[in-house]
Amino acid sequence: MSLSKARKDYLEGLCQRLRQDLIKLLYSIQTGHPGGSLSSTEIMTTLYFEKLRVDPKNPKDPNRDRFILGKGHAAPMLYQILSERGFFPQDDLATLRQLDSHLQGHPCAKKTCGVELSTGPLGLGLPAGLGMAMAARLDNKDFRTYVLMGDGELQEGIVWEAAMSAAKFGADNLLVIVDNNGVQLDGTVAEIMPMGDIAAKWQAFGWNVISIDGHCVEAVSDAIDLAATVKGKPTVIVAKTVKGKGVSFMEGNSAWHGKPISKDEYVNAMKELGVNV
Amino acid sequence: MNAVKKAIRDVYGDTLAQLGRENPDIVALDADVGSSSKSIVFGKEFPKRYFNVGVAEANMVAMAAGLATAGKIPFANTFAAFMVLRAADPVRSLIAYTGLNVKLAGTYAGLSDSYDGASHHAIADIAFMRALPNMTVVSVSDPVEAELATRAVAEFKGPVYLRLSRAEVPVVLDKATYKFEIGKGVTLREGNDLTIVATGYMLVKALEAAEILADKGIRARVVNIHTIKPIDRELLIASARETGAIVTAEEHNVYGGLGSAVAEVLSQGCPVPMEVVGVNDTFTESGDYEKLLAKYGLSAANIVAHAEKVLKRKD
Ligand SMILES: Cc1ncc(C[n+]2csc(CCOP(=O)(O)OP(=O)(O)O)c2C)c(N)n1
Ligand SMILES: [Mg+2]
Repeated sequence: MSLSKARKDYLEGLCQRLRQDLIKLLYSIQTGHPGGSLSSTEIMTTLYFEKLRVDPKNPKDPNRDRFILGKGHAAPMLYQILSERGFFPQDDLATLRQLDSHLQGHPCAKKTCGVELSTGPLGLGLPAGLGMAMAARLDNKDFRTYVLMGDGELQEGIVWEAAMSAAKFGADNLLVIVDNNGVQLDGTVAEIMPMGDIAAKWQAFGWNVISIDGHCVEAVSDAIDLAATVKGKPTVIVAKTVKGKGVSFMEGNSAWHGKPISKDEYVNAMKELGVNV
Repeated sequence: MNAVKKAIRDVYGDTLAQLGRENPDIVALDADVGSSSKSIVFGKEFPKRYFNVGVAEANMVAMAAGLATAGKIPFANTFAAFMVLRAADPVRSLIAYTGLNVKLAGTYAGLSDSYDGASHHAIADIAFMRALPNMTVVSVSDPVEAELATRAVAEFKGPVYLRLSRAEVPVVLDKATYKFEIGKGVTLREGNDLTIVATGYMLVKALEAAEILADKGIRARVVNIHTIKPIDRELLIASARETGAIVTAEEHNVYGGLGSAVAEVLSQGCPVPMEVVGVNDTFTESGDYEKLLAKYGLSAANIVAHAEKVLKRKD
């Protein structure tokens, strides 16, 4: 079902506020990864506020949908969304990455309510997600498993081992979304390890592929719905995104993968996001 | 204590580039963390001899093995955690097994990548590398040692794991007089009541602890064990015999690291009361580096506490 105008406006407004909050938060703690958090904002927001069957009041419901943040360094955005969704108090966000916080630099399933899998070391999300999807099948449960991965993350060999496995096992209850922002840690993907035609690669591995604009909440929503109708094989949504989306000097710039935000940069970033500080 | 601080990784990056100038056989590889490991300094100057393979550590290390078979001296760079966890198989099956001349530079070791959290901390790397036949394990304490160790490792023939830190640490060694030789521990402070044996940044804490102990009238010897394998048996046994008590200190799990290595030597060579300071077999967490070290017992204060404890056990 397509998004109503009201829902679309709501999600877009929420994304804008989450971006503002993210910059504020990462400026205040002077650590963390802005680029990959900003590129995945629409994807994660649409998932958590439109699609995922999760209930903060019953976070361990065996029938809940599973979301795995393969690219664990986008944890700040995940945490903001989880708290907005009610999994833990918003005040906790200020403790991100600080001693004794339940909000670790990378997601920790043992510490944070709503985090399904501990991630950070790239590439492990997909094979673990496939395991969850197979468990659903064994238990006749209809929950779906979603894995969000970076395009740099796709360079880990284990990703393709899992991709082969998911195709072999016909994991149609598994959905991968690739945050295809064209940038990794040391530079652009083209410079560091050219990935060629990512959609064609997944197709060759036996996956159903949907290519979209990852900053369009309607496109994200429609693609997730479409994926759910595909039977017998797993689906990947290749979402074209911009690393650092929304802050011009961060956009497409690998320097902003993970770097502290200065006072001036903070003021300028917030201005671009519509807030005078 | 000298107040000058430098980041170990910066010294490493500059030294690697300098080595590249001196020896055309030196090549470097990285797995998309060159701007963190600082291998990028080498890469900028020698783009043809620099291989950034993307986020693919096992591929990087196996490729390094291939380069070594043809006489190159490859320095493979990634976070210590990923070097042992992702590249474990090629490290063992290609490099250690055959004794290939590959240098495995594991940066961000211990808790030094503090804010990224336990997923990025490396507290089991010494244990793994030390358990591999043919592997030499070198752990760097301060900026002076970072340069000397990197040089020595480049000149050494055979596989080496070089344990590096992300942290900015004070210079505690005197560049003019300090001698670095692989396999040889260094006594940095004399004392006869006990010996503190430290490696990596914990050497700085050990020297602080010795000062605190001196104020209490306890004279602690401080020994730097930069080469954890092969370990300096003679120096350890002499220290145990002469001081009668040992405290080890490392930024690593208490299992399998320096403490274990020292215990293995002394239990056979000269058993004396011994205490081990390290991460107490627990996963760590995100936070400010010094606060984290203090919380997990990797502090001068905790070395002092263990020194007092071990002295009570000494006849
Ligand atoms: C196994 C592993 N190797 C290296 C790293 C360090 N690292 C963190 S993020 C990153 C780049 C990831 O790029 P991408 O997947 O494209 O993420 P995004 O652009 O979405 O931030 C790297 C190399 C890691 N976390 N895990
Ligand atoms: Mg990317």
